[in-house]
Amino acid sequence: MNLLDMALQVIIWAVEIVAVVLPLALAVAYTTYAERRIIGWMQVRQGCNRVGPWGLFQPLADGLKMFMKETIIPARSNKFLFVAAPVLSLMPAFLAYAVVPFGETSLFGHELHVMAIADLNVGILYVMAISSLAIYGILMAGWASNSKYALIGAIRATSQMISYEIAMGFSIVCVLILAGSLSLTDIVHAQAGGILHWYFIPLFPMFIVYFISGAAETNRSPFDLPEGEAELVAGFFVEYSGMWFAVFALAEYAAMILIALMTSILFMGGWNPPFEFLSFIPGTVWLLMKTSFFIFVFIWFRATFPRYRYDQLMRLGWKVFLPLAMGWVAVIGIFTYTPVLSDFIGFWQPWR
Amino acid sequence: MIEIGFFYLFAGMAVFAALGVILSANTMYSAMWLILCFFNASGLFFLLDAEFLGIVLILIYVGAVMVLFMFVVMMLEVNQAQKREGWLNYLPVGGMIALILFVELVAASTSGIFSTGEMAMASHLGAEVNNTVEIGKILYTEYLLGFEIAAIILLVALVGAIVLTLRERKDAKYQDISKQVKVRKEDRLRKVSM
Amino acid sequence: MIKRTLKTWLLWELVMGLALTGRYLFKKKITVQYPEERTWLSPRFRGLHALRRYENGEERCIACKLCEVTCPALAITIESEERDDGSRRTTRYDIDMTKCIFCGFCTEACPVDAIVETQEFEYASETREALYYTKDMLLDVGKRYEPQIASNIAADARYQ
Repeated sequence: MNLLDMALQVIIWAVEIVAVVLPLALAVAYTTYAERRIIGWMQVRQGCNRVGPWGLFQPLADGLKMFMKETIIPARSNKFLFVAAPVLSLMPAFLAYAVVPFGETSLFGHELHVMAIADLNVGILYVMAISSLAIYGILMAGWASNSKYALIGAIRATSQMISYEIAMGFSIVCVLILAGSLSLTDIVHAQAGGILHWYFIPLFPMFIVYFISGAAETNRSPFDLPEGEAELVAGFFVEYSGMWFAVFALAEYAAMILIALMTSILFMGGWNPPFEFLSFIPGTVWLLMKTSFFIFVFIWFRATFPRYRYDQLMRLGWKVFLPLAMGWVAVIGIFTYTPVLSDFIGFWQPWR
Repeated sequence: MIEIGFFYLFAGMAVFAALGVILSANTMYSAMWLILCFFNASGLFFLLDAEFLGIVLILIYVGAVMVLFMFVVMMLEVNQAQKREGWLNYLPVGGMIALILFVELVAASTSGIFSTGEMAMASHLGAEVNNTVEIGKILYTEYLLGFEIAAIILLVALVGAIVLTLRERKDAKYQDISKQVKVRKEDRLRKVSM
Repeated sequence: MIKRTLKTWLLWELVMGLALTGRYLFKKKITVQYPEERTWLSPRFRGLHALRRYENGEERCIACKLCEVTCPALAITIESEERDDGSRRTTRYDIDMTKCIFCGFCTEACPVDAIVETQEFEYASETREALYYTKDMLLDVGKRYEPQIASNIAADARYQ
């Protein structure tokens, strides 16, 4: 590999990163817009419709407003960590997208090329590892603010995220048993061939567990206790204002989109169309459609459900989801290795 | 060439971060340095094509263990002046442990086991060897007994931790969440015709 | 019992909640788009204050200072003097709109219906000074809104 090749590779990487990060930032901005419109409609209101046609420029106006605002750093805070915390929470949220395959294309040569920055063969583990790092941003923010509300918010967020990660991990294990691979691309390939092959059918309870745990993991309503405004003002980011606050919001929505993406990849067949005759629509469009639907469901949840009490939340994570997920792993395992039953489940297991 | 460069980057950063752990006065900073150290260690695993181990290192140590560490550190009010007081008293014991560890490490690294042969050949078997599968195979065949024993020890520790911390006080009031959750609107709500 | 367990595990209540919000998603929106659309205002609406005159141009206020006394926010300041024709009239009648709480007590206290509140509510300004209404300004407001004030008083008369 000479110098020119290396330079070319670096340029390709840069283009790939920009091609993921820019649409992602835009998607985050317009998720906030969609959230406000949809919750508005569900409450028989209009939502934001003033800035631009149908209010479409509202996110840009919000961004500008956030940018112009003064950043206040509390006098008794730990200044270095206070500034580092938003970056620490944004970084993993974006980093996780490095392995997400957005589809396959034959644009570059004859072979199908997976549209991911890095098609890692332990992709799913990578996503889990990186998204678990988001805790540090929150923990740092809560600690560095030197405020009791922020600290309590951070502690709530952390214990909640750790608890639900376990249930999430076990629901993913079920997917792994069926797909026989840790690679996200292989998991999608294993679900090829119509809606009946998608994993939400044999793993329906795990699909629900994963999605709800995802809501808890990203601190979305009805699990948004870390920022419970009724008792904690705003939780771990009470002391943040202006751009740094916007960075936290950005990280939260990026994580939410990631969960929606992962749900569609793991359980909804990724970029596979539900029926063969619909395959003229590009796979990426299918994936983004499924993802948008799950984002909509997140917003729908927020418009519908009241916030959980904290002990109920912990009970749900540890006493309901965890046993359920572990039980389902056992069920899938037994099905896989029992002679008669394995024919039954073999339909979803292409590695046989 | 690039690989050696990355090796020295990761190794150097790991040593630097490890120094940061013991030299920084703020316990919180120490924990952050330790996280950086773990990251670099996982980078070294990646260089050896052991991406499963690398990711698991981040997932377990950075994602879970260090968070709990930080929890504890956050709760403690560390008095900086007090911390420095007994510095000299601990020096002999600490120094001895450090010396023993150093001698051990030097002895192990110069013994020849790690220099050539099997160990070094373990890496770069190519893309067709999936080391996740290989680790699984070796864990559940050759090392099954050790693996199961480790699992049981962990389980015992888990149960022990719960037994130690779980106590029901007689004079405190508790909410029975399962009972609360079981309530339906029919139990509490009565339609009355006026 | 079985029904209840089934309901719990099928997340029935949650599904019902989602269905409800889902239905409302498509309902007609009731938002009033304010600058273009306006809501109906009651004749009793308490907005910007106004001082009225009789039809012959004589100002109604007789400087009895009942409004000043009754004002809970101490927003009204009145000074009075004897006029040349011997009647008692105000020389100063100021309302500080930043203090006023729009309780309407002044209107109710007034024996001659001189101080009233109009339905005008869009008088925001960028300075506090502009919200300090003097006698001239209040009389001017009265002149501008007299038809509205008269019709509102007439509409509300039978409840007084």
